[in-house]
Amino acid sequence: MTFLLGSGAGFSGDRTDAAVPVVAELIRRGQPCALVFETLGERTLAAAHRALRESPRAGFEPLLEELLSPVLDDCLEHGITILGNFGAANPAGACEVVAGLARQLGRPDVRIGRVQGDDIRAALGDLDLQLWEAETQALPGADQLISANVYLGAAPLCQALELGAQVVVTGRVADPALFLAPLVTHFGWAWDDWDRLAAGIMAGHLGECGSQVSGGYFADPGVKDVAGLATLGYPIIEVEAEGRLVVTKPPGTGGAVTEQTVKEQLLYEVHDPGAYLTPDVVVDLSGISVRQIGPDRVEVTGIRGRPAPARLKTTVCYEGGWQGEAEISYAGPNALGRARLAAQVLRERLAFRAPAELRQRLDIIGLASVFDDDTGTLQQAPAATEGDYRLRLAVEHAERRWVERATQELLALYCAGPAGGGGVRRHFLRRVCTASYLVRRDDVDAFATLFESGRLPHDTL
Amino acid sequence: MTPSDIAELVTVPLHRLAHSRAGDKGNRLNLSLFAYRPETYAVLVEQVTEARVRELFAHRGVTRVDRYLVPGLGGMNLVLDDVLQGGVNGALNLDGHGKTLSFLLLGMPVSVYPHLL
Repeated sequence: MTFLLGSGAGFSGDRTDAAVPVVAELIRRGQPCALVFETLGERTLAAAHRALRESPRAGFEPLLEELLSPVLDDCLEHGITILGNFGAANPAGACEVVAGLARQLGRPDVRIGRVQGDDIRAALGDLDLQLWEAETQALPGADQLISANVYLGAAPLCQALELGAQVVVTGRVADPALFLAPLVTHFGWAWDDWDRLAAGIMAGHLGECGSQVSGGYFADPGVKDVAGLATLGYPIIEVEAEGRLVVTKPPGTGGAVTEQTVKEQLLYEVHDPGAYLTPDVVVDLSGISVRQIGPDRVEVTGIRGRPAPARLKTTVCYEGGWQGEAEISYAGPNALGRARLAAQVLRERLAFRAPAELRQRLDIIGLASVFDDDTGTLQQAPAATEGDYRLRLAVEHAERRWVERATQELLALYCAGPAGGGGVRRHFLRRVCTASYLVRRDDVDAFATLFESGRLPHDTL
Repeated sequence: MTPSDIAELVTVPLHRLAHSRAGDKGNRLNLSLFAYRPETYAVLVEQVTEARVRELFAHRGVTRVDRYLVPGLGGMNLVLDDVLQGGVNGALNLDGHGKTLSFLLLGMPVSVYPHLL
C-alpha cells in the first residue's frame, strides 16, 4: 500500500499554517502516512547553539509551538506520526514543549521519541576527524568550540517509531532521514536494500524544503508563473513499496507541481548527482527522470543506490566574534554621488579609528550589493546619477567594542557626512561560525528513548 | 535548409533559455540549470562551460568549478568552491547563502539561433 509523506515546514521561519491543508488531505486519504517538519540548517543550528548559551530553555526551534498547535490534535487523533528535527541544539527542551501542548489538548499520555547521539562534542578530542571535502578550516581550538553535531541517519528514528512514538524529536539528522525512517519501518526495507533506501532518501530530499518542490521559490513573473503563492500547498510524496515516487500537493491549494518545480528541487544542495552522500545510502541520480502524470502530479523514476559511506558529516560551531551592520539612505538628485562620498568618508575614518584586522565591507544597495564581493568590484562600474541608494556597512571583529566603534562611524554620518542622509539602522550580533568534518561511523552511538516529561537530564538544564 | 542556415545568431541572457536554483553547503555553492526546451539543452552544454562560469564568478574569488551534466533532466549542476566568502555563518554579504546567485548565472550572455527562442 502507498505510504504518504506530508511536509509541514521546510525551514526554520517557514509558514506556520502550511501543515493544515496537508494534514486535512492525509486524513481524507486514510492511508498510512507521516508528517515531517524540517526546520534545521547550518544557519539555524548555529543560531540554536547561540540561543542555548543564553538560556537553557531555548536552543530548539523557536516556532515549534506555532508549527505544531494547528495540527497536533488531528495528527494524534488520526494516527499521523510527526517527525521533526525541531529539537535543534536542545531536543529535550523541544520534547517538553510537545508534552506541554499535548497536555493542553487533554492527551497527557502522548508518546514522544527523543533521538540522541548527534551531539559528540564531549568525545570530539578523541575522535579520528577528517576535513569534509569542501572544508578548509582546521578544527578550532577547545576554547573556541561551542558544539559538534553529527548528521545521523534514519536508524535511531526507526527505533523511536518501534518504541511507539507518535512524535519523533531529533537534533541534527540528515534532513531526508526524517522521511526515510517511516518508510523503512512501514515497508520493512532492509538496511542494505540500496535502491529502495535511495528512493526513500529522494522522497525526503524532494519533501524536505516544503513548498520548494510545489511552486515555492520558483516564480519568475512572465517567465515561469505560479498561481496562488499566498496559499501554497506543501508537498505530499506518495511512495510505494518498491520505491516508486509521485510528488503531489493537497487539492485546492496554490502553487504547482510540475516537471520544472521537481527538477529544481532534485538538484538543490546536491554536488555530484552521481554520488549524493547521505548517512544511509549513496544516491546515484545520473539516470533519473521526471514525468508529469496528471495535474500537480509528477512521477520520479531511475533512482539508484550504493552502500552508505564509512564516515558521517559533522558540523562544528565555534566562536566567530562579533558582526555589526549599519545602514543609511540617500535619495534624489546626486544620491549615488553622496552615497559614494559617504562610503569614502567611512573608509577614511575606519582606517584610523578601527584596528587593521577589522574585516569590513560596504554595499551600496540599489547599485550593487548581493552579487558583489567584499571589495566592491561591481560598485565601481558606471551607473545612473539619480536614484535611491542605501549604503550598508558590515564589519566583523573578535571584540564587540570595535564593531560598535565602526558602526558608530556610520551613525555619525547623520551630521558629519554628506547632505540628506537618513534612516540609519544599526545592530550587532555575536557570531557563531560553522565548519564541517567527517567522523567514523563506528564512533557514533545513536539511539532513541521515550521522553518522560518533567525529568530532563542534567546535561541540558 | 534548416533555420540555422539562414538566420543570424542572436545574443540573449541565459534567462531566456533556462531556469536555475542556488543551494549552499558551507563555502560551496551549487547552481542547477535546466533548459526550458529539450532543443536548447545542447546550447547550455556548449556555452555554459566551467571556464565561462569561472570567469563570471572571478570577482567572488572562485577557486574551482565542476560541471555535472544530467541529460535525463535536460540540465546540469554547477558546483563552485569559495564564492560565498565565508558562507551563511561567515560572510559579510547580505546574502550569505548565495541564494540570489542563480540569477547572476542567468544573466550570462549566450548566442543562439532565433528559432530556439
